[in-house]
Amino acid sequence: MKDFKKLKAGEEILFSGVLYTARDQAHKRLVEAIKSGRKLPIDLKNAIIYYCGPTKTPKGMVIGSCGPTTSSRMDCFTPTLLKAGVKAMIGKGARSREVAGAIKKYKAIYFLAYAGLGALISKYVKSNKLAAYPELGPEAIYRLEVVDLPLIVGIDSRGSSIYKTRHCFVAPSGLLAMTNCRRSIYGS
Amino acid sequence: MPLQQNTMRMIKAEKIKETVARLCIEANFKLRPDVLKALKSAYRSENNSRAKMILKATIDNADIANREKLAICQDTGLPVVFIEIGQDAHITGGSLNTAVNKGVESGYKKAFLRNSVVNDPLLRGRPGYIPSIIHTEITTGSRIKLTVLPKGFGCENKGQVKMFRPTVDLKKIKEFIVETVRQTGPDACPPFVVGVGIGGTQDYACLLAKKALLRKLKVKSQKSKVKDLECDLLKKINRLNIGPMGLGGKTTALAVNIETYPTHIAGLPVCVNISCHALRSASAIL
Repeated sequence: MKDFKKLKAGEEILFSGVLYTARDQAHKRLVEAIKSGRKLPIDLKNAIIYYCGPTKTPKGMVIGSCGPTTSSRMDCFTPTLLKAGVKAMIGKGARSREVAGAIKKYKAIYFLAYAGLGALISKYVKSNKLAAYPELGPEAIYRLEVVDLPLIVGIDSRGSSIYKTRHCFVAPSGLLAMTNCRRSIYGS
Repeated sequence: MPLQQNTMRMIKAEKIKETVARLCIEANFKLRPDVLKALKSAYRSENNSRAKMILKATIDNADIANREKLAICQDTGLPVVFIEIGQDAHITGGSLNTAVNKGVESGYKKAFLRNSVVNDPLLRGRPGYIPSIIHTEITTGSRIKLTVLPKGFGCENKGQVKMFRPTVDLKKIKEFIVETVRQTGPDACPPFVVGVGIGGTQDYACLLAKKALLRKLKVKSQKSKVKDLECDLLKKINRLNIGPMGLGGKTTALAVNIETYPTHIAGLPVCVNISCHALRSASAIL
């Protein structure tokens, strides 16, 4: 977990550890539960949230196709979850200024996973267990164990983004030099 | 009357159901050959190293999906079904819409595709597989053509429509289309295929924009002015430096496909429908 703080926007890593999937409806529920002081179905302290709603799991496989969904839809919920202890998020696309600010404040991190490559990403998932909200179907929370999942740092713990601003998508030139540097990171 | 009956061709609703099921599976597992070809060509010509790496992974993903019978993308979409019905075809043994929706449901279930459809847009609720979006069109002849386009919503969310003045400068229309892509940015899985509908009514322009995605990427419009517009827009869009995953590069769009239709003297509707790189569709003729 310490390692995350050293990472810089644009850096590529291979992540091994535990993720919890959560997307729109799960976010809404988690934030409602936090605001009304109800017990949460998963421990958010140091949790890594993956914005993902997998397909159904084909017979004999660990998981189906499971790429990231658009992160910006979760922006309005993210500061509350970071305050509750979430340490990292994985998704695709840009985030709001407020999210970048909250990431800096709580020393968290935002990663990009390969966008639209759900079949490929499924190969890095070693276990998959329903964790909460089964009634949400693909939007339920699943606990995934991944090994060497390729990620790119989207927003680092200092709040610097790989996307300069919301609508300017040119990666800072200094970061491009780092693209060939891959590090293995192991989380909890 | 007997003479008319003889010219009718009977097509069983069950056959439509089976075909739709098969097309749903084919579209979700097997990336369209023209899209795969465009990705490979972009991979060869891209000189941004990260863009190249992502394009390589995108081609690998299509390969894994096809080989291991996995969905290309976990967002297996809201299935949009286009049906061209020859006026001399007669559907027997059930309703067309029921057959299509039963086909979608059985194909999606069989292939472990995702249940992404909520029954009520406001109340949401537990997601299921149907209903799909069905567009029917009556044509000549006695055959039925079925096309399934599973449309992911990361990109569907980014489409825009604008009603221009009829005297507008073409430059303004180009700006609107390029700006729509620029605003889409990294969120909707670039490189995109940009479908554009120009003319008709507001709703019809949107239908044309979606239909434009069905045309093979290498095939340009047959109208020379529209073809020039497609080429010019593709160049402009690829200068945005959005690139694969929005991380830079010259591959922001694989193609711009424009469909046009006559319109009213007072208007000029333009709709842009964005597709992600996983542009999936499959067709069959019964």
